[in-house]
Amino acid sequence: MQVPVLKQRDYLIASIQAALTDADLLQLRDALVEQVGRFRSRGVIVDVTALDVMDSFAARTLRDLAHMIRLRGAETVIVGIQPEVSFAMVQLGLTLEGVATALDLEEGLAFLDKRLNVRRRP
Amino acid sequence: MADARHIDARQVVRTPPVSESSVGLLRELVSHLRQARTELREQWAQRMTEANLLTAMTKEEIFAEATAVYDNYVDVLETGAVEALQAYARNLSERIIPRGVETHEVVGIVLLLRDVLARSLFTKYQLDLDKLNRILDAYEPAANRIAITVAVSFVQERERVIREQQEAIRELSTPVLPVRERLLILPIIGMVDPLRARQLTEQLLRGIRNNRARVVVMDITGVPAMDATVANHLVQTVEAARLLGAVVIVTGLSPELAQTLVNIGVDLSKMNTVGDLQGGIEEAERQLGYRVVPVEETAAQQA
Repeated sequence: MQVPVLKQRDYLIASIQAALTDADLLQLRDALVEQVGRFRSRGVIVDVTALDVMDSFAARTLRDLAHMIRLRGAETVIVGIQPEVSFAMVQLGLTLEGVATALDLEEGLAFLDKRLNVRRRP
Repeated sequence: MADARHIDARQVVRTPPVSESSVGLLRELVSHLRQARTELREQWAQRMTEANLLTAMTKEEIFAEATAVYDNYVDVLETGAVEALQAYARNLSERIIPRGVETHEVVGIVLLLRDVLARSLFTKYQLDLDKLNRILDAYEPAANRIAITVAVSFVQERERVIREQQEAIRELSTPVLPVRERLLILPIIGMVDPLRARQLTEQLLRGIRNNRARVVVMDITGVPAMDATVANHLVQTVEAARLLGAVVIVTGLSPELAQTLVNIGVDLSKMNTVGDLQGGIEEAERQLGYRVVPVEETAAQQA
């Protein structure tokens, strides 16, 4: 299942609606990394609220995605990790280090606004 | 009339003769126990006192309960339905558990009653051994079922009380308190075992989501020591909270705890620690963009 990517002003929003296969995840990663340049986006939000499992491949792909997007000149924030999922991830050692996280889409947008405004100042 | 015929037919077809007579025997037994009620109850109460059971209760109380149990007991023998006895046993347990009545006492008195009644049957039918045997065949399974019902009800009631108390203690032991918009405080007091640590994590993560918290101050001034497992769990909780987008500030680490954390090799870049709760709240407010100033200063600024 392809993940729809919405363009909202300077941001790209990818909202995962159902469990994804490894191929879907890679496809999402490639699409976002490509589109961030095409649309000159400054921030990317990946919403994982619907996921009730996050395996090591998914966590690694999300981390890679965030790092690649940083290299492309934008910020990524992962939003909507469920409490149970978060603790399971930590126990498996999947801590998404170096990746920004936020509670939900709203918080993610607030985070990006703040982060990018700070940067915009001379 | 039609009904009676129907039942008769069923008994003839389905029930073997022994069982049929066992219904009659049970009826005879019940009427005997009803007649000898006063005397047998007296005997029972006396044997209870001799066996030093129910010392937590007064003589009058024992007598009142004994009467109720006796009547219930005979009712069950008569009808075979244990529901009423079950309800009574639960209710009795609820009353006597807080007074320190033990399981062995409850089981003991029911078994005593069984013995007292059996003895009276021996006395009554001693001349007719065959009949005695058949009476006991009818009596024993029913009596055992009663003993099991009462014991199980007592234990269940006790377990229910224990479960409720455990739940209450656990909930009280890990309060998650919102102090400001987006700021939670989690004071931890007392020993933390792995079970409580897990509870704590669950409550914190749920609290973060429900209160949309961005910063959490976890105060562990009241925790004397922690083993490596629990300390590790704590660190994992901090990381899990970060995945929800919240920063955890840990305050009040004792020297011993600091040593434990260093010994298990915590990545300090992930841990945000401040000396005491006050400092932690100040740091949290700073991160959230609050500034708390005394009233005089505000007035002076406005003037």
